[in-house]
Amino acid sequence: MIFGKLRILHSHGRQYIPDLSKVELTAEFRGRPVLTEDGDSRDIERAAAICPTGAISPHPFTLDMGRCMFCGECARCAPRNIRFTNDYRIGATRREDLVIAAGQSAMRFDHSAVRDEVRRMFSRSLHLREVSAGGDASIEMELGATGNVNFDFGRFGVSFTASPRHADGLVLTGPITKNMAEALDICYRAIPEPKILIVCGSEACSGGLFAESEAVDRSWLDSRRVDLWLPGAPTHPMTFIDAVTSLRKKR
Amino acid sequence: MLYHITRNTASAVALKDIPTVDYIDLYNDLAERMRDERYHPAHYFAAQTAEGLRFFLLLLDDRESTVMISSFVPDYYSEEGMPSLTAVHPSFHVFEREMHELYGIRFNGHPWCKPLRFPWDRRDKNSTMDSYPFYKMSGSSLHEVNVGPIHAGIIEPGAFRFICNGEQVLHLEIALGYQHRGVEREMTRTQNSLRRALLGESVAGDTAVAHATAYADLVEKLSGGHVGENLVRERGVALELERIAMHIADTGALSMDIGFQLFQVACEALRTMTINTTQAWCGNRFGKGLIRPFGSFHPLTADKAAMIRSNIADIRRRYNEVRLDMKESPSLLARFEQCGVVPREEMLRIGGVGTAARASGLLRDLRSTHPFGVYTDMICHDSIVKRHGDVMARLMMRCREVLQSADYIESLLSGYEPAAAVPEPRYDVPLAADALSFSLVEGWRGEICHVALTDARGSIVKYKIKDPSLHNWLALALAVRGEGISDFPICNKSFNLSYCGHDL
Repeated sequence: MIFGKLRILHSHGRQYIPDLSKVELTAEFRGRPVLTEDGDSRDIERAAAICPTGAISPHPFTLDMGRCMFCGECARCAPRNIRFTNDYRIGATRREDLVIAAGQSAMRFDHSAVRDEVRRMFSRSLHLREVSAGGDASIEMELGATGNVNFDFGRFGVSFTASPRHADGLVLTGPITKNMAEALDICYRAIPEPKILIVCGSEACSGGLFAESEAVDRSWLDSRRVDLWLPGAPTHPMTFIDAVTSLRKKR
Repeated sequence: MLYHITRNTASAVALKDIPTVDYIDLYNDLAERMRDERYHPAHYFAAQTAEGLRFFLLLLDDRESTVMISSFVPDYYSEEGMPSLTAVHPSFHVFEREMHELYGIRFNGHPWCKPLRFPWDRRDKNSTMDSYPFYKMSGSSLHEVNVGPIHAGIIEPGAFRFICNGEQVLHLEIALGYQHRGVEREMTRTQNSLRRALLGESVAGDTAVAHATAYADLVEKLSGGHVGENLVRERGVALELERIAMHIADTGALSMDIGFQLFQVACEALRTMTINTTQAWCGNRFGKGLIRPFGSFHPLTADKAAMIRSNIADIRRRYNEVRLDMKESPSLLARFEQCGVVPREEMLRIGGVGTAARASGLLRDLRSTHPFGVYTDMICHDSIVKRHGDVMARLMMRCREVLQSADYIESLLSGYEPAAAVPEPRYDVPLAADALSFSLVEGWRGEICHVALTDARGSIVKYKIKDPSLHNWLALALAVRGEGISDFPICNKSFNLSYCGHDL
C-alpha cells in the first residue's frame, strides 16, 4: 500500500509554480485585445454587429473587456483590426479602464484608485468570501484553482474563507440574479469594515450575456464601491492572482 | 397514432407531423408504458402556439433507440385540471412542477407540486424564494438545519433544509432557483446564432462543451445540413476531454472532503493538466469557443493532436495509479462504502440519468442507447454500470470512465490525418420553418436535451433546455436519508450537480 502512495508522489513531482509573476500562458489563450485602426471601418462594423454582448464600438473604435466574452469571433471578422494577445494581466481598479482603445498596448492599472487602508491592512493577509449570484460554475472553479497545488496563492496570505465574518472582502461572480440579490447583500453587510469588493468575470462586470435579462437585477452594484474589476469568461486564475497582487502592493 | 417516431440522428420534425392527441389517451398510454423501464421522458414542456398552449412530450425508448414525440392542447379554461402523470410515474414531477409554476396548470393528484426555480415569468408572483414551502415534521427530538443559499466553499448557491433526529438525517429538501438567469428566454430573444452558441456554453460552465454541442447539433438538424466526419471527430474528442477533466476534479474533491490530501493534490494537478490541454487546443480551459454550428475556428492540427495524445496518455497512467491506490486505502473505503445509497428501484422511479444512475445499476447512457456524433460509427460505446449506488460506486464510475474516455480519445486521434480542412462556423444558415428540433447529448453528468420550436419564418420562438441535474437533485435528497448529517458533503460531491443547469 505504501508503495502505491510513493508511486503517486513520484509521478506527482513538484507542481507549484515557483514565480507567479513570470507565468506565460499558451499562445492560444485569449487575453488583452489589441485594436488597430487602418482607415477602413467595414470589418470593424461587421465585428461590432456579430459581437454577442455589444462590447465593440466602431466610432470611436473601442472594445469593452467588461462586456467581452473572449470568444474571439470579432478577430475572425476583422483580423487586421482586432487581435487577442495571451496577456492575462487585464484587471483594473476603475470600470472605465476595462475599455480598450485603438492603439493601446497595455492595461491601465490605476494605483491612485486604491485606498490606502487596503494596502496597509491587506498586504500581508487577505481573506475573501466568494458569492456566486448567477455564475456558471466555470468561474467558481477558476477561483478555487487559485489555491490549488499549481498556483498556490495561499502562500502569499490570500485565501477564501467560509464565513463572511472572517473575511476582509467579497468576490462577486455572476450577473446578479434577482433571486440571489438579497442573500448577496446580507453576506456583504456581514463582512466587517474595512472591506474590499472584487467583481470577477465579465458577467459580474456588466451582466455579460444576461445584461438584458429580466431575471437579473444589478441595482445592488450601483451603490457599491468596487476595488477591482476582473474581466474574463471565466477569469483565468492568473488574472485574479496578478490583479490582487497589484492591489496589495505597497508603493 | 399517439406518437411521431424519430431518432437522435434524424433531422428536425415538421410540427404538422407531430400528432395532437387527447391528453387522456396519452395519459392512459403512459400509465401502461412507463411500467417498462426502457422508456423515460427526455423532455415535457408547454409552449404558446396559435392553437393555444400546446404540450410536447419527448419520450425515449432505450431499447429501440427511438424518440417518441407527442403533443396535446388541453382546454385552458377547463376548471377541472388534468390528472397528474407524476402520480403514475414520479419521473415526471419536475416537468409538471415547471408547467404549474409557469402557467398555473393544475395537475390533479400531484404529490409534490412545489415551486421549481422561481423564474421571473412565473405565474404567481407572490410565490418567492423566501416563502418556499419546506416540508415540516414535528417532534421534541427533531431539529432543522438550514444550509445555504451561500455555501462554505466557492460554489454556486442553493438552499438545503435538513430535518434531523440527532445526527441522523430524516429528510432533506433542496430549494433551488437562486441561479435563475433566464437562459431559455434569452435564447429566443436573439436571432444571433453566435450569441445563442455562447448562451449554450454558459448553461453550465463546467459542461460548456456538451451544452454547446447540443446547441450546434440542434441547429444543424434544423438546417438539414450535413456535418463532416472530421468535425464530428473533433467534437467527440472535446466531449471526452471535458468528461475526463470533471471526473478527475470530482475525484479530487471527494478526497478533499475526507481529508485525504495525497489523492486530492494528485487530482488537482491532473485536472490542471487536462484543462490546460483544452486551453492549448482552443484558448479556453473549459472549451468555451471550441464548439460552433457547422464548423470550428480551432481545427486540430497534427501538432495539437499529438500534444493531446501524449498529455492524455500521461494523465491516464498517473490517474490509474491514484485509482488503484484508492481501492486499497481502508480509511477511504470506510467513508465511501455503503454511504449515500440510492437503490436501483428508486433511481428508476425518480427518472435518474447519467453517471449517478449507472452507479445505481440503471443503464441510462445516450452514447449507447441513442448514439450521436462519434458514437454512431467511430466508437462502439460500452457503458460502465455499477451496482451498489453508494458514494464509492459513483466514485468508481468516474474512475473507470476516465480510463475509458482516455482510450476513446486515443482511438479517435491515432492515425487521424487532419488533412481535410474543418469548415469555419456558420451563423447565417436558414432554419426549417414550423419545425421541432431536439438534440440529445451525454455530458459528463448525463443526459442533456435541448429542444427548439421555429415559427413560419424559421425563427426560433421556443427553446427548452434540460440538464441532467434537473432529475438528479432528487437522488441526492434520497441518498442522504438515514445518513449522518456529517456525510452530507461527500454525498453531495459524489453527485456534483449543477445549480445553474437546473435554474437556467
